[in-house]
Amino acid sequence: MAKKLESTLTNMILSLVLISMSMSAALGFVYLKTKGPIEIAAQKKETDAIKQVLPEFDSDPAEGKKERDGVVIYRLNLQDQPVGFAVKTFTDKGFGGHVELMAGFLPDGSISKVTVLSHKETPGLGTKMSDPKFSNQFLGKNPAEFILKVRKDGGQVDAITAATVSSRAYCDALQRAYITLEAVKDSISVNQ
Amino acid sequence: MGNLKYFTNGLLKENPTFVIVLGTCPTLAITTAAINGIGMGAATTFVLVFSNLIISLLKNYIPDKVRIAAFIVVIATFVTIVDLVMKAYTPDLYKALGIFIPLIVVNCIILGRAEAFAQKNSILPSVLDGLGMGLGFTLAITLMGSIREILGSGSIFNIRLLSESASTILIFVLPPGAFVTYGFLIAIMNRIKLKINL
Amino acid sequence: MEYILLIISAVFVNNVVLVQFLGICPFLGVSNKIDTSIGMGVAVIFVMSLANLVTYLIQNYVLIPLHIEFMQTITFIFVIAFLVQVVEIILKKSAPTLYQALGIYLPLITTNCAVLGIAILAVQKDYNLVMSVLYAAGIATGFTFALILMAGIREQLALAETPKGMKGFPISLVTAGLLSLAFMGFSGIVK
Repeated sequence: MAKKLESTLTNMILSLVLISMSMSAALGFVYLKTKGPIEIAAQKKETDAIKQVLPEFDSDPAEGKKERDGVVIYRLNLQDQPVGFAVKTFTDKGFGGHVELMAGFLPDGSISKVTVLSHKETPGLGTKMSDPKFSNQFLGKNPAEFILKVRKDGGQVDAITAATVSSRAYCDALQRAYITLEAVKDSISVNQ
Repeated sequence: MGNLKYFTNGLLKENPTFVIVLGTCPTLAITTAAINGIGMGAATTFVLVFSNLIISLLKNYIPDKVRIAAFIVVIATFVTIVDLVMKAYTPDLYKALGIFIPLIVVNCIILGRAEAFAQKNSILPSVLDGLGMGLGFTLAITLMGSIREILGSGSIFNIRLLSESASTILIFVLPPGAFVTYGFLIAIMNRIKLKINL
Repeated sequence: MEYILLIISAVFVNNVVLVQFLGICPFLGVSNKIDTSIGMGVAVIFVMSLANLVTYLIQNYVLIPLHIEFMQTITFIFVIAFLVQVVEIILKKSAPTLYQALGIYLPLITTNCAVLGIAILAVQKDYNLVMSVLYAAGIATGFTFALILMAGIREQLALAETPKGMKGFPISLVTAGLLSLAFMGFSGIVK
């Protein structure tokens, strides 16, 4: 076995510097290699979420994208005909805080579908907001006439049993999506 | 095949999760589903094997006084590599494990093996030791993930065992369930050890 | 108001040990006696707040301008290890009594994954400097609170008869589970 290096100052600095340099080089290499795939993965995730809430489209979500106050709006087309809008919206009024939804709106303003992107709600109670039983009641409703509030608060939404707070948060996020969409709707086109 | 014992050591006799009780944070936090156990286990095993490999290679070139700093550089590098690779190729798993991927760097199992084993042994035993420890950790947390997923969500590896409407013991996928499951698993391991020794 | 909610949430609702599972090792390791857990707690509050202050500056004035955010883990762990050393040296020189009380806990903090974890979480949550430090202080207070509660229970538990296989870690974990169950009652307070 070779003799171990003595702990002299030069040796210590030299060995640490050499190790740090070679490790940084390895790290830089991996970073450059994975940079592309990471971006693709993030984009794919976005597109997949949009696909869930809207009918078929063939335009690129990255075009015709607009952000306002933390809400992201995508306008999508199929063969240059508008398919609708996908709105990534949020609320901080959930039982566990932040909740993120992706909501699809058809060109006539009605809701096509909603999915939950992320949340910290109580499993078994608040998590039921992903259940069709709750989320299907929004399908085809137009927030212009459908009051996005739970019945307790004078709205038309049937809250989840024992999870009124989560239901309220869901409505809050949807309402935010609707208001933001109405405000910017006319200013986005697909081929900007 | 004297080297084999380095490998089997981590599986049972010195199992990092149930016997030495190291790396408790990820064990408790990410075992809400069996698949998370496999993902976390694989990531940790990768870091363990490669940091053991590099450290046993370099052991003669690292002065004693700065060894911990050098070990941390090596470990943190591999953790970052795992972090980047998982972000790129398994984004869902990456999201589920969250903060606990970068935290592999402070997982005591890894620094512990570097200090206690890799810096004193040659390359092959060090790699086998890393592999054994990593596998022992993976098996343990996957077992725990399976138990919590079956009891708490009524499924295993996302395959449903019970119908949608069946009510499950939710508490097992919530934080308290993690502590209780872990406690009882260690107790069972202790019991088995006592039995064998008798 | 925002700041008060942040602190309440950090101490109780998202208790670092019982809800987020960070810093379990010292939680199980130094919760034998109330005295030691207070010492450990104070040391953690101090280091964690300082660590978040420094990592915030590094993240925003070094890593982001240079576009090397992927070096976050490696730089943060070094900063924390370095900070702990500096704090130890300064305390030893300037406040020997405090050093005697806290000294033995300081080296243990480097391996406390809560310190690194909270530094990374604060960056992920996009907190500003004040909120980042307050968040760290709140989280560390929550840690201390859980540690003291646990120590109180374990002091009593030591007198009780425990089945052989349950001695040590298992019974502590089950106790922590019950504490965690109690803390679930706090969820929903901060909306």
